[in-house]
Amino acid sequence: MTSTLEELTAMTAAKIVDARGSACPGPLLEAKKSMGTVAIGDTIEIWSTDPGTKSDIGAWSGKVGHEFLGVVPADGYDRVLVIRRK
Amino acid sequence: MSEPLNLVLFSGTADKLHAAATLVAGAAAMEQPVNILLQYWALDAFRTARADDMLGLAWDAISEGTSRPVHGSKAIPWMETFRMAKELGEVQILACTGSLDVLGIDRSELDPIVDSEAGIAVFLAAAGEGGITFI
Repeated sequence: MTSTLEELTAMTAAKIVDARGSACPGPLLEAKKSMGTVAIGDTIEIWSTDPGTKSDIGAWSGKVGHEFLGVVPADGYDRVLVIRRK
Repeated sequence: MSEPLNLVLFSGTADKLHAAATLVAGAAAMEQPVNILLQYWALDAFRTARADDMLGLAWDAISEGTSRPVHGSKAIPWMETFRMAKELGEVQILACTGSLDVLGIDRSELDPIVDSEAGIAVFLAAAGEGGITFI
């Protein structure tokens, strides 16, 4: 299922992980750490200024079994949304 | 379960340790087990007294007059990255007993992130059928 940008923008995450200013692999590690703190089915939102984060989080979600929802471009950073699935 | 990522860390310069730490942290996040064997200058860099030093870049990475500052970079220090990786995933760090002997380092001098000292067979047995990367 692919969400539209409108749907993504309207979503409320259970947790926001502000990893802005952190270089790779910082945002990925923050995402992994935070995923353990929310319930299965909850959404987390990673904020990152690293241009690699959006594809990294997509690859990570696919590998470990979470659901990558997509990316909302914000002012100078990306908001990356993922649902915890395991 | 994924095949483990097997790394022999040999170099003790910041560029190689940082690159290795990034790879290890990524693997830990991706739920891939990691086996690390520390030898020679990498082992030296994992001494408690040096573990959080801002080490220099390798000379071979720097052309005369173009050295790049590593201070002030957004990158996480290499040791901090190893610590995070260990917190997040299955990362085993072994100290090569032969290198400890050659460098005259006692096990007690190593940072607590090092799990144990081991001979080469222990590392190879943990590596299984997977390939080994030497950095």
